[in-house]
Order: sequence, then structure tokens, then C-alpha cells
Amino acid sequence: MTYIAMATGFLLILIGFYGVLTNRNLLRMIVAFTIANSGINVVIIAIGYMHGRTAPILDATVSAADALTRIIDPVPQVLVLTAIVIGVGVTALMLVFAYKLYERKGTLDIAKFTELKW
Amino acid sequence: MSTLLTVMTVVLCIATLVAAIVSIQVKGDKSMPIAILAAGLVSLLASVLFLILAAPDVAMTEAAIGGGLTTFLFFFVLARMRNGEREYEEGKHD
Amino acid sequence: MIKRFLALALLAGIGVIFVALMMSYVPDANLNLTARYYAENTASETGSANIVTAILVTYRGLDTLGEVTVLFLASSIIGLVLSLGNKQNKTLRKLVPVGELLTTGKSYLAPIIMLLGVYVFVNGHLTPGGGFQGGAIIASGMLLLLLSDPLKHFSHALISVVESMSGFVYVSLGVLGIVLTGSFLDNRILPLGDFGDLISAGAIPLIYSLIGLKVGAEFSSMLANLSEMEDLQ
Repeated sequence: MTYIAMATGFLLILIGFYGVLTNRNLLRMIVAFTIANSGINVVIIAIGYMHGRTAPILDATVSAADALTRIIDPVPQVLVLTAIVIGVGVTALMLVFAYKLYERKGTLDIAKFTELKW
Repeated sequence: MSTLLTVMTVVLCIATLVAAIVSIQVKGDKSMPIAILAAGLVSLLASVLFLILAAPDVAMTEAAIGGGLTTFLFFFVLARMRNGEREYEEGKHD
Repeated sequence: MIKRFLALALLAGIGVIFVALMMSYVPDANLNLTARYYAENTASETGSANIVTAILVTYRGLDTLGEVTVLFLASSIIGLVLSLGNKQNKTLRKLVPVGELLTTGKSYLAPIIMLLGVYVFVNGHLTPGGGFQGGAIIASGMLLLLLSDPLKHFSHALISVVESMSGFVYVSLGVLGIVLTGSFLDNRILPLGDFGDLISAGAIPLIYSLIGLKVGAEFSSMLANLSEMEDLQ
């Protein structure tokens, strides 16, 4: 199961990067970034999974005494929790900048933004 | 029982990849809302995948933030820029 | 055509690196040392049943403070960038009439959604959940109110007051931890209580509620700013 989820995550990252490299509409590139973000999160969670064990929450099924043998690694989940929230903040910023560029130039084609080329 | 879970995981992963490919490759008129909704579907299926990988906190966060808020952010901004969703073809400005 | 071929070649190179990483990965059979410490000592040291919550709030609390700062930066930059620029082309947006289902449904659904959000972040130390999930649910409730009444203006002053006060109280709780117990954001400033009760685990419910309010206020201010943008032709 670990390998299936990890392969899915890696393929999502590759599909997202392909979308960024080939599209020319700015909004489509931002959608492809979102897909790559989801892929990275899937890969990190797939690393922490161990076969036959359950979620790191101590309740009626897993008591505090035998937690050592029954739960999976909790640290990757903490990292991914932070990463998801920061990802949505970065996506909102990218969308606002795309709106401002459209207001200034009237187009969303990135081949038209040539001020920084020499 | 474990083979059922493995089969479910494989079906879920294939559905996620198909949704991602649809989001990148859809062309034509009215293709921008389809691409945004397909990206939201990828987030939702990834949230179910997180639940199968025994991470319920992460599944809740991804479903609420990835599937809800990100899709709405895209539609808010898209509604204000109706003229920018044309396809720009490849061989015209290269 | 050549650009597409180059993009595919680059992706194939990255794909080879990914395959090499995946082939050399062997899943662990037992927990590593860090996870073993967290599994054995979380219940007795912090009194919380959700290990992920305990790590986020007390053991790695400084990283959570950094993340809340990043969200605050993103939300204030959005508010700043959208208020610049020339305002003379204020075209009147043609409004689609909102249906009856939305205007009646919102008065039933919005309080329940807010209540669910508050429930999720108050019970963060007992069940899966916590501040970020509860804040996102509260922001979804505000989004429902925004969608059903497009002309309504939310008072940005109220949202910013809620956000600033929760951030300030969160940092001052951390400093109180230094004064009383000697480490930043320690949850032992309040008594630990019984394991599994609602009022237990020291200051973790309080800190997580403040984080939930702050994150919900930040997402709501982002959405309110975005819904007041003008139409561009």
C-alpha cells in the first residue's frame, strides 16, 4: 500500500509540472500548481505509513499502554498539516497577482509579459 | 478483507490520476471551469486516500481547505476576469 | 513542438530520480526513536489523547507560530495589493439574482456550520480535529453568508480586531509559559486534569481555540477582500 500511494503521489507531481510547463494561460498554470501541491502531500504521508497499524490517537481502541506497538509515526502528519495551510495561502497570493497583471495588461498570456527580457 | 482494501486503493489512485489528466488537458470552450472542478476533485480523492493511509487529521484539513476554499478562490477570481479564459495556441507567437 | 519535447525530456529525467528514490525505500518495521518518545510520553506529560495535536501545540509550538505568521502575511498582502491602483473604472457588476433556496437556507445552515467549527476546535485534544480544521469550517460558513447576499459588506474592522486579539493572547500565553514553567508555550500552566475529559490537557484547548479563531478570521478576510474586487473587461 505504501508503494501504491507513493507512486500516485509522484505521478501527480509530474502531471502538475507538465501542466505548468506547457500551458500558456496564467490561470491554468496556477491550477497545475495546486495539483502538484496535493501530490507532494500524498508522498509525505505515504512515508509515515506502517503496515498493520492505526492512527496516532489514543482512545478506546488504542490505550496509552500499548501505543508503542499499534500506532504509526505522527511527525509526517504534523508537517503535512502545516504544508496544506501554507499552500492555500500561496495559491491565494498567486491568484491576486494574476488579477493585477490582467488589470495592467489586458491579457493572461505569459508570452506577452516581456518587460524583464533583454 | 485486506485485498478489498488494496483493490479500493488501486481504484482510488487510478481515479485521482484520471482527474488530474483531465484537468491539464481539457481544451475548448468553457474549459476553464472544468479544469478548476477537476482540480477540486483531485483534492477530494486525495483526502480519501489520506484516510486509508491512517491520517484522519490530515484528511479533514485537505477536504475543508483543498476541496472547499481553493475551488472557491479560483471561481471568485475567474468571475472577475471573464475575458481571459481563451486558449492561447501554440504556434502563433513562438 | 520542440518546447513540448523538451518539457517531456525534463520530466523523464525527474521521473528517473523518483523511481530510484522509490526503489531504495524500505518501510520501517518498528517506530524510530523520535516517534517512540512521542508514543510513550505524550499521555503522561501533556494529558492529551490526540498525539498530533500535542506535537503541534506544545512540542513543536514554535513552528505553529511561524505558520500562523505566514498566513497573516499572506492575508495582509492580499488586502494591500487589492486596494492599490486606480479606482475610476468602477463598472457596475451585473448581479445574478440569488435563488430562494440560498436566501432561506442560509439562515438555517450558517449557525449550524459555525457551531460545528467551534466544536471541532474545542475538542481538538480528544478527537481528530483542531484549530486549522475548525478555522476552515468557520470560513466556509462566512462564505455561505457572502454568496447569498452579494451586496452585503462585511465590517473589516471586526475581523481584524478578532484576528489581532487572538494572535496577541496566543503569544502572551506563550510568554506566560516562560514565566511560570520555564519553557515557551508549555501547557502545564493550567492543571492537567483527567485523561479524556473535555477540560483537560492544561492549556491545549485554549491555545488551539485561539489558533482556530485566528485562522478562521484570516481566511474570512481573504474571501471578503476577494469578493469586493471589481469586474475587469
